[in-house]
Amino acid sequence: MSATLPVVASMFGSIPEPIVNYVIWPTTKFVIAFAVIMGIVAFTTLVERRVLGFMQARLGPNRVGPQGILQFVADPIKLLLKEDIVPAGAQKAAYFIAPMLPIIPAFLAFCLIPFGPPPTFAIADVNVGLLLVLALTSTGVYGIILGGWASNNKFSLLGGLRSAAQMVSYEVPFGLSIVGVLMLTGSLSLVEIVRYQEQSVWNVLPQLIGCFIFLVAMTAEVNRAPFDLPEAESELVAGFHTEYSGMKFAFFFLAEYASMLVNACLIVLLFFGGWTAAIAGHGLTTAAMQSMGWLGMILGFLIFGAKVAFFMILYIWFRGTFPRYRFDQLMDLGWKWMIPLALANIVVTGLVILIAQSGGAS
Amino acid sequence: MAEETEQKPAKPAPAAPAAPPAKTKEEVLADPIVAAVASAMPAAFVNAKDAIGEISLYVARESIVDVCRAFKADSFTYLVDLCGSDYSTFPGHAGERFCVNYLLYSFEKNVRIRLKVFVADDVSVPSVTSVWKTANWHERETFDMFGIRFEGHPNLERILMWEGFNGHPLRKDFPIRGIDTGARIYPEVFPPGGGPAAGSTGKSHEDVNIWKGPAVPYGRSPKGQVPETKQVEAPQGSSDEGKADA
Amino acid sequence: MTQTMLNLHEMEISFGPQHPSTHGVLRVMVKIDGERIVDAKPIIGYLHRGTEKLFENMNYPQCVPHTDRLDYVASATSNEGFVGAVEKLLGITDQIPRRAKIIRVMLAELQRLSSHLLWLATHAIDLGAMTPFFYTFRERELILDLFEDYCGARLTLNCMRIGGQADDVNAQWLQKLADFLGIFDAALDEYESLLTTNRIWRKRTVGIGVITPEDAIDWGLTGPPLRGSGIEWDIRRAFPYEVYSDLKFEIPVGRNGDTYDRYLCRMEEMRQSKKILEQCVTMIADTKEGDLKAKVSRVIRPAEGEAYFSVECPKGELGYYIIADGKNPNAYRCHVRPPSFVNLSALPDLVKGHLVADMVAVIGTIDIVLGEVDR
Repeated sequence: MSATLPVVASMFGSIPEPIVNYVIWPTTKFVIAFAVIMGIVAFTTLVERRVLGFMQARLGPNRVGPQGILQFVADPIKLLLKEDIVPAGAQKAAYFIAPMLPIIPAFLAFCLIPFGPPPTFAIADVNVGLLLVLALTSTGVYGIILGGWASNNKFSLLGGLRSAAQMVSYEVPFGLSIVGVLMLTGSLSLVEIVRYQEQSVWNVLPQLIGCFIFLVAMTAEVNRAPFDLPEAESELVAGFHTEYSGMKFAFFFLAEYASMLVNACLIVLLFFGGWTAAIAGHGLTTAAMQSMGWLGMILGFLIFGAKVAFFMILYIWFRGTFPRYRFDQLMDLGWKWMIPLALANIVVTGLVILIAQSGGAS
Repeated sequence: MAEETEQKPAKPAPAAPAAPPAKTKEEVLADPIVAAVASAMPAAFVNAKDAIGEISLYVARESIVDVCRAFKADSFTYLVDLCGSDYSTFPGHAGERFCVNYLLYSFEKNVRIRLKVFVADDVSVPSVTSVWKTANWHERETFDMFGIRFEGHPNLERILMWEGFNGHPLRKDFPIRGIDTGARIYPEVFPPGGGPAAGSTGKSHEDVNIWKGPAVPYGRSPKGQVPETKQVEAPQGSSDEGKADA
Repeated sequence: MTQTMLNLHEMEISFGPQHPSTHGVLRVMVKIDGERIVDAKPIIGYLHRGTEKLFENMNYPQCVPHTDRLDYVASATSNEGFVGAVEKLLGITDQIPRRAKIIRVMLAELQRLSSHLLWLATHAIDLGAMTPFFYTFRERELILDLFEDYCGARLTLNCMRIGGQADDVNAQWLQKLADFLGIFDAALDEYESLLTTNRIWRKRTVGIGVITPEDAIDWGLTGPPLRGSGIEWDIRRAFPYEVYSDLKFEIPVGRNGDTYDRYLCRMEEMRQSKKILEQCVTMIADTKEGDLKAKVSRVIRPAEGEAYFSVECPKGELGYYIIADGKNPNAYRCHVRPPSFVNLSALPDLVKGHLVADMVAVIGTIDIVLGEVDR
């Protein structure tokens, strides 16, 4: 890795190379990525409000800076200055820890996500990257449950309970929908999955049902409309974060948007060819980008960013279009439709692969 | 505003649109709209009136539930409204103080009738919640506003005013400015219901909660401003020709 | 209510008075088992202002602005009911000039549209559909502009007088109204495209809060909750007031009496209101400009008697019951029969056994305004 950046590497001349390779260099990348992602997440809130405004025949924030573009700076400042209220009777320790719990795994997951062609944009190309991402994202629910319980508020508690049930229910189809992709690609490394897609076709075509289930499940995973039951404002006031204010509220908020971003990255990597724009090895493949040097890296990053942006806007589009599901209907959808469909998808994929292999063998 | 306060002696009432002679009780009860029920239980009806197209039947207190049942059976399936009224300062009223008004509607006949039950203070009225579910909240409101109790009501508690409020706001002796209700923010310091009852307060207006200073007349008070002589001179005075709007 | 021990599985939550979807200051004490409602008890009165007491202490014209504050999203119909009751008491209902009557109908129907639009907005946002809220407010704004042009006020109109109307409408206003009606059908289609056939919307509303026709009558429901249960009854048809007997319109009725049917009823009612308004625009051309008031004395002092007069307000039957003592220029007793109050009283029965989320749908579908419930 250091070979690609001799200038940077020479700065660490006296440090043993393994430490540079495995500690300092990834840490530096993660810190940069963290800062950028923090900015992107904050910016997403502005984009959401502007896009929703466009869909709803209104303007959205347009006063801070040109076209309201600095609103995403003003909001955190406002939240930092807000009074931090702790309700009487709250479980103090849990109440304070809860907002941190969802945000840590959400940001940690970004370590494992390649934003562009490796090696530059993949912070850590782990060979079981996908499993790690799934494991991390599913821990986010603890903060929500804990926050809901610790607030000493019945609405929060209901929100936490809903969230727990919803996460558990949708974690299953979420995982199952990926199995088809894994069977096709034969790898758990996200980089390898993208490499497979550029050599054949985007997984969305052979795995259309899997992609659809993933799309639904990922929306439910991050509690977005039409599955925003844990924070359904018209029923549970604000759900699990009813009692949270100031920066603690902002943490929940950021965690939600970070999870949205993680999931949008995942669907792009798994089903939409990641940073490539290639079919059957033709077009902008990873190798082509690598051969273009820095330009190729940035090009890959931009392609990836455009695809992710589409799915982020899709989230917002959902929110502007759909009414909210009811809790039992949500469970019905998860258990009675999504899971059987995902299982059927696996079976069919397996059969097709088997037939293709036996056909190829004979 | 000055014109409204009748300072000079009122002129004789102008010729109001010639009202048809008031029907007698028997005539009203014989009306085909109500005749079926009226003939079945004639003892229940104390009086009956038919004015401006609205039939009012005055029902004896104890038979109101039976009358309502009978009317419900006779196509008056719908209770439009139920409300109380306090006749204590009504000019020329000599009967019992309160009145409960029931407004019934028949989908078949497309007509409304009114039942009126007069009750004295501290006398309860049989509840019609067993006849119509909708009477539930209406009766609670009537109890809240007038203190008329309804016998057999499943849940007769205050509905618009809060529990522990002393007094019944729509009684005529309840002051329009309000009373010191005794409602406090800290019940452990001030016992609930600690204030004086409506009408019984010995305090002057100056002492009442937030309204300090002399009382300012607002609109017209229900009594005391109309000369007594006018009652005799213009019982029907519905308009005033000298000041009619162009 | 007797205090009962809570079952260990049950939880009691106070739904309101500060809650996003109770449309004001309604408070419902809900006993829930998980998310299923075991018992619900509405607690009202947070907005009680003693309007009926005020009516007894003011002369009749002074009362009219107070009627605005009853149903504050449909003040024109509140005005209409009150002035109609006083006119009935005075016996001058037939003397109101036709032009004034038509203007009243136009204001009332515009008010119905504006109230229904607000209902649709809040009902949709209660069920999580955010966008119709802004679309309906776009059209509601045009209606409020029309009100502003007519009487200067946008919300609490105070636009009717005992004996007629204070202000006339001019050709410009009528043109503006016609322009608005021209775009309104397309706007309604736009809302419906977001909701009517939406699977989630149907899942959330079909079969929720079912009212049988018998129950509807027993509960004394009026307006869309009654018509949604399949009873074709409307004050405008049963006791035609103003010029409704000359107008052609249909009364939409539902079949199943559920939330979805009431939604469809109200949507169709808006289309019918639009038709009524179009007829009014042509009808008013035949009347004499400036002929707006019947002869009413400066001091309104009806003869001793009592009158009940009701109008079909957007929520249902809004009735005024006035007892006059014949001596004073103010009502001896004025009772308001508020449709929201009566419709709300059916809430506990409607939500029992449903989920918390359904209660939100039911509160939305009976369309209450707390100013009218609490008076």
